[in-house]
Amino acid sequence: MEDCIKLHYVVDGQDFVSCGRASEDVKRTLKSLGISSQVIRKVAIAMYEGEVNMVIHADGGIADVGIYADRIEIVLSDKGKGIADIEKAMQEGYSTATEEIRELGFGAGMGLPNMKKYTDDMTIESELNVGTTITMRVNIV
Amino acid sequence: MKVNEIISLLDAEVLCGDAFETEIGSAFGSDMMSDVLAYVNEQGLLLTGLCNPQVVRTAEMMDISCICFVRGKKPDESVVALAAEKNIMLIATKRCMYSACGELYKAGLEGN
Repeated sequence: MEDCIKLHYVVDGQDFVSCGRASEDVKRTLKSLGISSQVIRKVAIAMYEGEVNMVIHADGGIADVGIYADRIEIVLSDKGKGIADIEKAMQEGYSTATEEIRELGFGAGMGLPNMKKYTDDMTIESELNVGTTITMRVNIV
Repeated sequence: MKVNEIISLLDAEVLCGDAFETEIGSAFGSDMMSDVLAYVNEQGLLLTGLCNPQVVRTAEMMDISCICFVRGKKPDESVVALAAEKNIMLIATKRCMYSACGELYKAGLEGN
């Protein structure tokens, strides 16, 4: 079996203050493994965006990270309301965030496009009122 | 431009950190952390009017070493403590976003 370090986090949907802790921990772990700063930056940004999304849109969720020799895989899954129109959600500037969320500094409609931009591969599986699973891969070059 | 110079140009107050000699290559001003995550390419200075902990977490993800709060806003103690833990310097100016950015730009600190 392929060698892999697995990290698992529960992202609390009620706690906006600690949102980002999972991403910080991943960042710290990657740094301790001597992964290049460019790769760490891509993973940190993509995962943080995903973490924020789960907190503001889906009442939290689960983050699983796998660190392999040649890549980092991040799986974010939630039991939120799902994404009605994925194509639209991928457009820069499109957001369903409330005014309340915007006051917190998020909901500019850059989250998903940004996650795609910083990763080498991203797939979204979403079902209305069931939840969303986003799988991202960042290659270690 | 050194952090020291930024502090003096903006007549800013230091909330935490002592990286006065750190060289800042570029700056970005926004109250939207989503935009910071989308548009910032270089580590440097973030100017913002937003005071919640996610400003510090965003800076941490982006390797931003110094945050300047504008319009006289100051985050609460827990945010300052979080920044201190992350080794991120926090400063605060009474100037509004436009004039704070303008002042730094005029002095040679370019945008991202």
